[in-house]
This record gives sequence, C-alpha cells and structure tokens, in this order.
Amino acid sequence: MYAQMVKTDSTRLRSLDEMDPVERAFQERVDAGQKIEPKEWMPEGYRKTLVRQISQHAHSEIVGQLPEGNWITRAPTLERKAILLAKVQDEAGHGLYLYCAAETLGVSRDELYEQLHSGKAKYSSIFNYPTLTWADIGAIGWLVDGAAIMNQVPLQRCSYGPYSRAMIRICKEESFHQRQGYDILMKMVKGTPAQKAMVQDALNRWWWPSLMMFGPSDDASVHSAQSMAWKIKQNSNDELRQKFVDQTVPQAKYLGLTVPDPDLTWNEEKGGYDFGQPDWEEFFNVIAGNGPCNAERLEARRKAWNDGAWFRDGLTAHAEKMAERRAAAKIAAE
Amino acid sequence: MSSEWPLWEVFIRGQHGLNHRHVGSLHAPDAEMAINNARDVYTRRNEGVSIWVVKSADITASAPSDKGPLFDPSNSKVYRHPTFFDIPDEVGHM
Ligand SMILES: [Fe+2]
Ligand SMILES: [Fe+2]
Repeated sequence: MYAQMVKTDSTRLRSLDEMDPVERAFQERVDAGQKIEPKEWMPEGYRKTLVRQISQHAHSEIVGQLPEGNWITRAPTLERKAILLAKVQDEAGHGLYLYCAAETLGVSRDELYEQLHSGKAKYSSIFNYPTLTWADIGAIGWLVDGAAIMNQVPLQRCSYGPYSRAMIRICKEESFHQRQGYDILMKMVKGTPAQKAMVQDALNRWWWPSLMMFGPSDDASVHSAQSMAWKIKQNSNDELRQKFVDQTVPQAKYLGLTVPDPDLTWNEEKGGYDFGQPDWEEFFNVIAGNGPCNAERLEARRKAWNDGAWFRDGLTAHAEKMAERRAAAKIAAE
Repeated sequence: MSSEWPLWEVFIRGQHGLNHRHVGSLHAPDAEMAINNARDVYTRRNEGVSIWVVKSADITASAPSDKGPLFDPSNSKVYRHPTFFDIPDEVGHM
C-alpha cells in the first residue's frame, strides 16, 4: 500500500502472559480499542514500527505529487487544470498531516526528509511509474487513489491517536480524488476511438502496479501479525487486494474497458473474482530502487529541497530580525 | 546550514460558533507564516472562520502519569450531576 512491507522488529508474536505488567497493560488497552496518545508508554517496537509506517505513508503522499504534477501544465481544459491542482495540493496536505503524526513519536521533520532524500526511506512502489498520457491522470485517480482508500479507511481505527486522526482527515478528502479520476475516464471513453484506446492503454499499464500497491501476500508474515496485534494494520494484504478487485472490475466494465488479466473470472462460490498475480519480481525491483522512475523521483525531491534552501533560510532570517526588533521596542518602551 | 523551523500547534474555529479546536501541527518560521500555512494545510474546504497558532514548545501538558491524581477525585462526586437528585414528577420541569 502507501506503506508496503513495514518491518516490526518482532520475530514472533508473544502472548499477554509473556509480557511484563507495563506492556500487558498497554496491549490490553489496545485490545479494548483504546487510543494510545503521544506521551504515553508504548513498546519501543510499536513506536519504531509506527515511525516507519507513518513516514513511508507521508513520503508516498509527497512523492505521489510528482507523476500527477507532470500533467498540471498540460491538462486539456482550465477546469481540469484547476481540479488537478486542487487534488495535488491535497496530497501535499496529506503528507504534512502524516509527518506531524510521525513527529509526535520523537523523530524530527528534518530527519524524515533526510531519510527520503538519501534513499534510505521507502515510499510506495506505484509512484515510480511514468505518466505518459492524460488518461494516466484519470487512471491514477481511479485506481491508485482507489487502492489508497481501501487501505486508509480501516486505518482510521488504528490504535495510535495522531495517526488515526490524520487518516480521518485524509479519508474525507480522498473520494474527490477517485471521482475526479473516474470522471476524466468517463469523458475520454465517450470521445474518439483514439481517446478510448488511450484509456485502455492506461488501464493496461496501471492495473498490475495498482494490485502491487497492497504488497505481496502477508498471511504468513510475523510483521503483519504483530502489526495487527498492535492494531496499526487491520486487514491482510490479500484481503484488501480482493476487495479492490471486486470493487474495480465492474467500474472497468462500465467504462467498456478490458481488465488486462486473462485469469480474471467471477467465482460465484466466494462471491468475488479470481484473478492472476502481479509480477512480484518487478515489484521487488521497483522497491529496490530500479523502477522506471525511481531515480527521477528522488532527484526531483532533492532538487526541490535544495533549491528551496535559500528561501527557507530567508524566512528564518526575517523571523529572527522581527523578533529582535520586537524585543528592542519592548525594552525602549520600559 | 538551515535549521528546522519551529513546530506550531494549530487550532481552528469551525463555522458554527464552536470553540477553537486542535486540528494538528505544522512547521513555520514565525507566527504569521504559521497562520498562512495553517490556512493552506487545514482549511482547504471552509473548515474554519478563525485560526490560532501556538508554538508547540510553549504548551504545558499534564503527564499521562498525572491522570489519577488529577481526575480521580471527581469520580466520587456524583452529586455534581443533576441526575443525582430525584425530583418528583409533580414538580414539573426542572
Ligand atoms: Fe493522499
Ligand atoms: Fe489522494
């Protein structure tokens, strides 16, 4: 998902009886559905895992602006341009809500940026694919934001208060993102045959990377079990992927598109679709930094950060000067 | 050389004559920029009519361990709630 394959430092799940009284009290509060707040005691593994998960999520929101930003200046109408701008601006906001949530766990913003810019931190694999046509912008809203919603809705109930509250704000804004994307595609499939073909091509390219967003099957993963026990993850990757496919296939049909999966069939018995597996080798490659746009994305982030340094310093200098003047005026008045 | 901007806590008053409510935090070099940034980060959809910003470092918070001493004493004072008193129906609305 936006945070894929988050490690927990746990090698196996421990029972309540194996925990010391403090940790047991913590786990019982989590089990009872209580929220954990910043200054409260928490296991170090819980804190570290949350920092990883929330910061990965934040980095994804920030880097996620880049593929869409590519089309702001080329949107087909002024209205589409304004809508896309608003959408991308929301993503910047999502990144900021999440960085703030991560900072309540004792990491600084500069540390988090440094981890992103140095390539140490991960962000979602999906943003390392190029946006080649305007239909890609529609496909991203529909599929990528759609997959994000699948994952973020349950995270609103996560055990860590600041993360949960950030997710609630984010979820309120996401459905606009998905609808604006689908709306782009609804227009295009009613256009010329070339425009309709462009939409099909976008679906062909974005379908499998969208399914990869949920991460590989984690049914046997200790990390996933631990995250679920801590209630910072609510559903397995396969569960969410299934829900996404079931929701999305009828939407593709409505657009008159073909989902590029020869194994896709309705399974009456389970009341959902059977479908093929994405190319997981490709996924691990993208995660390892070798996707089509990894280098370009990181370079764009570093450039934005470095090019803005003089401006950030200027604002700091201005703030210091004004503070000095205020102090001097106060002394003069006394 | 750049140093990190301080963290500000943001409080927003919604449309309906409510109290300002904490909505999150952000970094800004000074209070004025904090308000400008808060406008963009927290009120993109008319969520508010007024913004307060306070430097996070200036907030004094009770410690989680103080929860007992601070709040337990009021648990035993049930007479502070109107439902503690039985008023006969004949008395009418009270
Ligand atoms: Fe987002
Ligand atoms: Fe979004």
